[in-house]
Amino acid sequence: MTLRGVTKRFGERLAVDGVDLDVPAGSCFGLLGPNGAGKTTTLRMVYGVTRPTGGEVQVFGIDVSREPRTVRARLGVTLQENALIEPLSPEDNLRIFGRYHLLAEPELGRRVEDLMSFLELESHAGVPVRNLSGGYQRRLSIAMSLMNRPELLILDEPTTGLDPAVRQALWARIRELQSNGTTILLTTHYMDEAERLCDRVAVFAEGRVESQGAPRELIERHLAAEALEVECDAAGERVVLDGNEVRRMRAGNRLIVYVDDAAPFLERAHRIGSARPIVRPTNLEDVFLAITGTRIEEADQ
Amino acid sequence: MTVSLPYALAVWRRNASMYARTWKLNLLPNFFEPVFYLMAIGVGVGAYIDQMGGMSYVEFLAPGLICVAAMNGASFEVTYNIYVRMEFENVYDAMLTTPCQPTDVLAGEILWAVTRATIYGGTFYLVVALYGLAPLPGSLLALFVVPLTGLLFAMIGVASTLRVPTMDFFSFYFTLFLTPLFLFSDVFFPIEERLGGAWLIVAEALPLLHPVRLARACFAGDLGWVSLWDLVYVCGLSFGLFVWVRGAIGRRLTS
Ligand SMILES: Nc1ncnc2c1ncn2[C@@H]1O[C@H](COP(=O)(O)OP(=O)(O)OP(=O)(O)O)[C@@H](O)[C@H]1O
Ligand SMILES: [Mg+2]
Repeated sequence: MTLRGVTKRFGERLAVDGVDLDVPAGSCFGLLGPNGAGKTTTLRMVYGVTRPTGGEVQVFGIDVSREPRTVRARLGVTLQENALIEPLSPEDNLRIFGRYHLLAEPELGRRVEDLMSFLELESHAGVPVRNLSGGYQRRLSIAMSLMNRPELLILDEPTTGLDPAVRQALWARIRELQSNGTTILLTTHYMDEAERLCDRVAVFAEGRVESQGAPRELIERHLAAEALEVECDAAGERVVLDGNEVRRMRAGNRLIVYVDDAAPFLERAHRIGSARPIVRPTNLEDVFLAITGTRIEEADQ
Repeated sequence: MTVSLPYALAVWRRNASMYARTWKLNLLPNFFEPVFYLMAIGVGVGAYIDQMGGMSYVEFLAPGLICVAAMNGASFEVTYNIYVRMEFENVYDAMLTTPCQPTDVLAGEILWAVTRATIYGGTFYLVVALYGLAPLPGSLLALFVVPLTGLLFAMIGVASTLRVPTMDFFSFYFTLFLTPLFLFSDVFFPIEERLGGAWLIVAEALPLLHPVRLARACFAGDLGWVSLWDLVYVCGLSFGLFVWVRGAIGRRLTS
């Protein structure tokens, strides 16, 4: 899958602005970025439901805007918001959805059964969807997007609002699909999810890709290895920094300092009696904030 | 983009299977409505009317009411129901993640509205026949008018649905458009006997007038040039609206 200079304009608003992406077959690619950054719009252009204002989208080497049917027959999409038929059971939902792919019995029945078991829905096979928990509804949405055995699976915030156990279960399924050769393109607001699942990620801000690469790579590119979190005021901050010009971020009372060796900073933090100082490895969330959260930083400095 | 029949049928089938789940509940009112109309207006009011358009009042009334049933059946489907599927249930967003195209979605929905209209109009015809008001074989031709009426009002309804800013506007559609059509389209009285001169030509614009006149001609067994004009009007307007709606639904669903 490749995007070249892809742009989408809604009236005055530039929702996606000159995006270039390459997603190799078999990899898992994550789109990150704050609300309204243009992730969903980008996904919609990939499966050909939103027409780019400019640029080119190729999936499986095919121009999506020319042959949307061919492309969509080979991919599956889990929408950000579930689109389920509430009075019907998961089984009936799957059956009806399978027909949009022109599947017929007995193949349709086989796939429904397989998917019910793959996403552990059997125990709730006959329950009307409106009575299912959010976790089961999400499982069903993902099952539907797998109906045509897609080569490319697009997941728009697959685990938003789900409990940790369900998220773990869904991650396991996504990894299993990837190990069987499915290419995955997902969006998420959870950086731990992105670090765990994605080979590469792209961080969006206001429609542009600000940075992309493997999660580890991004961390090394943007920030030092360790993060020290302390609670302190401006005077305390001067003591902790001790004149060092280092990358730092502040949210209210909480200061995060990024350095290669946090030990001397931690010692000074103890000296000023700062409450609960923490030293941890820098993670993707820090990178996300460093790239997209500059407003907080500037406002507090 | 052309319509693909298999995908359109998959869309049709979704609605059909939802309807089939509660078909008894859905069908029952369709039987009672015609009974009430024929009793109250046909037989009740009709007792004070010697004849209308050269026949008994209840005979005059029956073919028109069959068309009205078809009109209503299609109209609810393509206004409220399509709007809810589009705006609240994200049904079309899900369909468009598959090879289904907006034109297939449109064709499937229209096909379903025509089906619904045929069920409404067909049950009405059945009740009329049980009353002994459907002369054979002529009135059987009117059974072809039923889906055509459904098609015409499906197209008019979808075109409106793609233009309304909120669902509240449908109450205007029903009370300010469909109700006057129901009352002034030859169903209750022969409109050409009440209007003169230029007004007669204006009345030809009323969409319900044509199926009603056509159905009545089938019942009476006197199809003529006017019937041909009625047929051309119904098919022509349906086709014209389809061409416009096909573009509009694409723009609406794939912004
Ligand atoms: N159909 C549309 N018409 C007008 N503006 C739109 C449309 N769809 C999206 N937008 C705008 O485009 C921008 C990007 O939206 P998009 O849904 O792609 O963001 P997102 O990154 O998916 O956000 P979130 O994390 O909240 O899901 C937003 O400002 C949104 O308001
Ligand atoms: Mg989104």
